[in-house]
Amino acid sequence: MALLEVANVRRSFGGLVALDRVSFRVHPGQIKAVIGPNGAGKTTLFNIISGLLKSDTGEVFFKGRSITGLKPYQIARAGLSRTFQNPSLFLHMRVLENVMVGRHSRTRSEFLGCSLRWPGQPEEERSIRSAALAHLENVGLAHLAEVPAGSLAFGQRRMAELARALATGPELLLLDEPASGLNTKEKRDLGQRIRRIRDQGITILLVEHDMTVVMDLSDDILVLNNGVPIAEGPPAAVQNDPNVIRVYLGGEFKHVAASPEP
Amino acid sequence: MKPALKQFLPFVLVAAVAVGAQVALRLLEMEYCLTQLTMALYYAIVVLGLSLVMGYAGQVSLGHGAFFAIGGYTSAVLTTHDFSPFNATAWAQGLKQAHVFVSREDLYGHAVVSVSPWAAFVLAMLLTFLIAHLIGYPALRLKGQYLAMATLGFGLIVYRMVLGSTVTGAADGINGVPEWRLGFGLTVSGKSALRVENYYVACGLVLFWLVLLGNLVHSRVGRALQAIHDRETAANAMGINTASYKLKAFVLSALMAAMAGVFFTHYTAGIGPSEAGALKSIRYVALAAAGGMANLWGVLVVSTGLNYLSLRGLFGSYDHAVFGVILIAIISLAPEGPLKPLGLWIRKLAGRAFKSPAERRPEHGTA
Repeated sequence: MALLEVANVRRSFGGLVALDRVSFRVHPGQIKAVIGPNGAGKTTLFNIISGLLKSDTGEVFFKGRSITGLKPYQIARAGLSRTFQNPSLFLHMRVLENVMVGRHSRTRSEFLGCSLRWPGQPEEERSIRSAALAHLENVGLAHLAEVPAGSLAFGQRRMAELARALATGPELLLLDEPASGLNTKEKRDLGQRIRRIRDQGITILLVEHDMTVVMDLSDDILVLNNGVPIAEGPPAAVQNDPNVIRVYLGGEFKHVAASPEP
Repeated sequence: MKPALKQFLPFVLVAAVAVGAQVALRLLEMEYCLTQLTMALYYAIVVLGLSLVMGYAGQVSLGHGAFFAIGGYTSAVLTTHDFSPFNATAWAQGLKQAHVFVSREDLYGHAVVSVSPWAAFVLAMLLTFLIAHLIGYPALRLKGQYLAMATLGFGLIVYRMVLGSTVTGAADGINGVPEWRLGFGLTVSGKSALRVENYYVACGLVLFWLVLLGNLVHSRVGRALQAIHDRETAANAMGINTASYKLKAFVLSALMAAMAGVFFTHYTAGIGPSEAGALKSIRYVALAAAGGMANLWGVLVVSTGLNYLSLRGLFGSYDHAVFGVILIAIISLAPEGPLKPLGLWIRKLAGRAFKSPAERRPEHGTA
């Protein structure tokens, strides 16, 4: 059974059709990429899957259950987490607190319990802190735990956001252009990190412009153009798909195919 | 042991300051000042609640004066209204049995039957809970400052209602509100013999809310509220039911305002329509801003201090103007409140004073 199934989704903004007849599946344990030129509808697709936008028609199924029309927080609780194209940390909070917010959906103390420190609440608070710290260590930011998130460098923000998303305990992780703005070394680290996350049993769906990263990482690729899927399959097949080559003007794909990353 | 000590130290400090103020005023034979200080402390509870809504959850309420008034007026009306014409009816008898109705003498020595202060307090809280939901539920499902608009309108309506209704005493308000026996030998009353006791009752209530809010803002809920304040969309995507959290924070702060209103009304033995006015609500916002919004201690100190001065009549006929100027000054000069920049500035000055000339030189070189 597919972990995520997008069925015939359509979304338009005014007269502009951003997505149309989009259907695909993500299977457990996969790293799947969605690629396409600017304006192809990739981020719109992510926003619909994670509940930030509503689709005009079509449905999204997660673990066999329809999540169409659910609020983002309900989708997060179901086990689907995401990062944003522009890292959207809570800039006035500390880095550790940001990741602690990620534990929200897996913990339960409410207004009364928190203000009165009911039995169990202090323990839960400690468990939130230690889990968040472990996630920060995983992305190599433990030494910056107590620093305001607003003072992090761009690449560090991406990593902190990744830690926060992982702290929600997802089964499926949506990464919106995780490599953009990173330098070559950071990109290579990112690739390893994403693979390690997958090896921990978390399925990954990512949008990415960097073809080296995409071809290197993905098991399966979906290509969107003007909101419509034009190809889907493993990297090798997609690279040689005439439709895809035409959309990308031939250049980039031939280049990648001719000289694979050492 | 050590972290526990650090945790309780601020509260011990506040208690020491509270006791110190009382002792000092007694030694100076100025104990009459405690009356205004007590009132200022009740107002501070309203501002502490606003600090939660504005500073942490990032929502603006321009109707907290109205919630204060709803608490005060509910108590005042129920505890002063004479229900004795209904004495014979079964429901009046039943309520008397349940100690909801109590017989007492009014100011003129007439025997009256009215609602007990405790029962009136509970009803005031229930009413506030209901109204805060009615205002907050639609306004907080939307992103943006819809709560400010809704509460502003709501405040104006409440003001007009208490001003126009004979039940609430129209422009005169209600007086002759009886004292409130809290139990444990404590009574909320404006009698001068009970002045010191009432000062400590107010201190206790403030401390109670400080502890609760302090716990709250340093917990899962507090982080969720700050996350909503920073980036609502991301907070929602991280699993926070943003609409529900905003609503709960708003209702809690409305309850705090109403509770302060109930205590205040029993303490001053009455309440007038000015408590519900928009200028009062804006004053609370100004005080929360001046205290640094998301800074419970700053809000407490600034709010108690300025309200005390205002109640002592220091600002004279410029009373409202002073708070308006404060609000404008804060927004344009120090949006994070004056305390933080002031603290940094003092630390910088102190650092410069204690540095040796040798250490000072390179700093000058770079400047």
